Amino acid sequence: MNQPASAYFLEERHDPNETHTLSVLVQNEPGVLARVIGLFSGRGYNIDSLTVSETESQKHLSRITIVTTGTPMVIEQIKHQLDRMIPVYRVVDMTITGRSIERELAMVKVVGRGDSRVEALRLADAFRARVIDATTESFVFEITGNSSKISQFIDLMRPLGLLEVSRTGVAAIGRGPEGM
Amino acid sequence: MTDQSNDPNQMTGAAMIVRALIDHGVQHIFGYPGGAVLPIYDEIFQQSEVEHILVRHEQGAGHAAEGYARSTGKPGVVLVTSGPGATNMVTPLTDALMDSIPLVCITGQVPTHLIGNDAFQECDTVGITRPCTKHNWLVRDVNDLAKVLHEAFYVASSGRPGPVVVDVPKDVQFAVGTYHPPRKDDVHVSYTPRVKGDPMQIRKAVALLASAKRPVIYSGGGVINSGPEASKLLRELVEVTGFPITSTLMGLGAYPASGKNWLGMLGMHGTYEANMTMHGCDVMLCVGARFDDRITGRTDAFSPGSKKIHIDIDPSSINKNIRVDVPIIGDVGNVLGDLLQVFKAEAKKPDIKTWWQEIATWRARNSLAYKKSNDVILPQYAIQKLFEATRGHDTYITTEVGQHQMWAAQFFGFEEPHRWMTSGGLGTMGYGLPAALGVQVAHRDSLVIDIAGDASVQMTMQEMSTAVQFELPIKIFILNNQYMGMVRQWQQLLHGNRLSHSYSEALPDFVKLADAFGCVGIQAIKPGDLDGALKEMIKVKRPVLFDCRVAALENCFPMIPSGKAHNEMLLPVEATDEATAAAFAGGKALV
Repeated sequence: MNQPASAYFLEERHDPNETHTLSVLVQNEPGVLARVIGLFSGRGYNIDSLTVSETESQKHLSRITIVTTGTPMVIEQIKHQLDRMIPVYRVVDMTITGRSIERELAMVKVVGRGDSRVEALRLADAFRARVIDATTESFVFEITGNSSKISQFIDLMRPLGLLEVSRTGVAAIGRGPEGM
Repeated sequence: MTDQSNDPNQMTGAAMIVRALIDHGVQHIFGYPGGAVLPIYDEIFQQSEVEHILVRHEQGAGHAAEGYARSTGKPGVVLVTSGPGATNMVTPLTDALMDSIPLVCITGQVPTHLIGNDAFQECDTVGITRPCTKHNWLVRDVNDLAKVLHEAFYVASSGRPGPVVVDVPKDVQFAVGTYHPPRKDDVHVSYTPRVKGDPMQIRKAVALLASAKRPVIYSGGGVINSGPEASKLLRELVEVTGFPITSTLMGLGAYPASGKNWLGMLGMHGTYEANMTMHGCDVMLCVGARFDDRITGRTDAFSPGSKKIHIDIDPSSINKNIRVDVPIIGDVGNVLGDLLQVFKAEAKKPDIKTWWQEIATWRARNSLAYKKSNDVILPQYAIQKLFEATRGHDTYITTEVGQHQMWAAQFFGFEEPHRWMTSGGLGTMGYGLPAALGVQVAHRDSLVIDIAGDASVQMTMQEMSTAVQFELPIKIFILNNQYMGMVRQWQQLLHGNRLSHSYSEALPDFVKLADAFGCVGIQAIKPGDLDGALKEMIKVKRPVLFDCRVAALENCFPMIPSGKAHNEMLLPVEATDEATAAAFAGGKALV
């Protein structure tokens, strides 16, 4: 199809998207998270999951784990754009290294009585979710695993009285003796 | 413990700022005072090492600092107040970020205890400027100030240069703390720009260059930013290889326009030979340029048969728009030096005679031709005349944005780097006049000319007052066609000639305006007036507004129509109404 007349080239490329998990080691200083998020929103990149916390308080280092989706060229751009930020030490693509473990934690509140309550507890047991709060009509389950396992568990709880969910987002780390 | 009162490094935050400027060799700063920077202005008043240029609007300070930086290679420094002072800097900061210009901007901020309270003239300066700076800082403790200022200068001028902002609350300016001169550990350990290219990649590049049959060198602003040595090495590379060379708008002057291998500028309004050479080449060496969309045309048809080598200091420039075969990350000057050494040791000048013959046929199309007239001044003719008149002078050119900018790039020949200041990436109308101020501050005795359009120049016209106050004899050469020419051209080509709001109904009389500002007004209406008027403009040692009345409806050619490739250029001789309509016809013809 011809594009309408414009000062810009309007056709988009349609390369297939990939999902990548990036670990970003940053100096924990004011505004650093805003910089990272601003980069993603400003350049139109996706954030599927974002997890951030200080990991080495002595050195003021924080580790940000970002799950993002884009074409291979966009993913490469994201890594370079992150890496050139002044407070960023390292960017590692956990998906490319291929030897990483990803985990997420969720707290899932389920409200119900009778059979559905028993069923919820039985399924929680099968998923190795722990009960961390209970009343006569509710449970809060804590479940850890990769994102798809957690999503599956949440889907199963839905008909059993799922009330709300709080998820941490993905944290990732490489296997083996080497650090990032 | 030393006695604090005798320690020369004990001082107020405001004094630290001035001291840091001196320690970094800053001789001129551009700024505008206000409540949140008064302590700094008080320090400036009491010293004579740093000269302050008072502008009329903060945007002017920013562009002046950009012109200063581009023409000297040193960072430009700006001092503005909080709130509106800072927000007025957003345009020059973004402009500098897009064109990789080193700027250090110091902004005042409301006192720390008022931050977040919607205080008078408060704004979230670091929040607002985060996406338009290379880095920025809010300094909450006076004892961090020295380190941050030193880091700011380093970040702005190292790696890929860019603008930085240091936001200093007023209480921090008053507070007393310890200053230290610049030292190594002032800088984030996480910031280590790569300067030296990978030798393996350089070897690969040399092998490609040596085997080329249809090579081209495509250079950009990175060569200028890398310093005069990089331009020298680029010239040597062209000499040693015998390759044709073209350049982006930002890179003009790195290779001389009079050089025999020069193809002219490439891109949307580049020459036919430059774009055809890019399209047909088998090996492309991109040196400090970034495959911007004004350069590439449609990316899927960009130089389809070539192996591409890309030298850039910023890894994020690699594979952003165009996939390249041999990326080399490093400083252009450094990499060119290594590359030349390897080439001279291991390779021979390839025989590309047939390629040059092909290029000659493209050149013969004379893509910059225009119809001359005895009655009206053609804008292209005006630039050619200006170029002739300035030969033999120590000339610096700035521009605004639009048709006049493209004509200046096409018709003014640049022989040296750092002589051409234009807003490339952001395309900021109003850039040229204040930029000329900055250039003139750095080069008091040189001839500094802003090639302007009648629309652009009105955006920062107030800075003529600065020129008069500081006796900066800038020449504003206005190609006055009474239109926003480039907007009108696009409307003619793309929107059925419906000239929606691109005509200036009520232009000021620029000659009288010059008089009102206390500078010199000159007007030229007929082609015959030009020589004498230009001579007068150059002779006058005062700021000049030159109202050059040009043909109103002239279009800027050649051009690559949108969505087209390099080999589908529209040439001036062929740009009849029908051909133009056909070239621009999309799914819906010209609607």
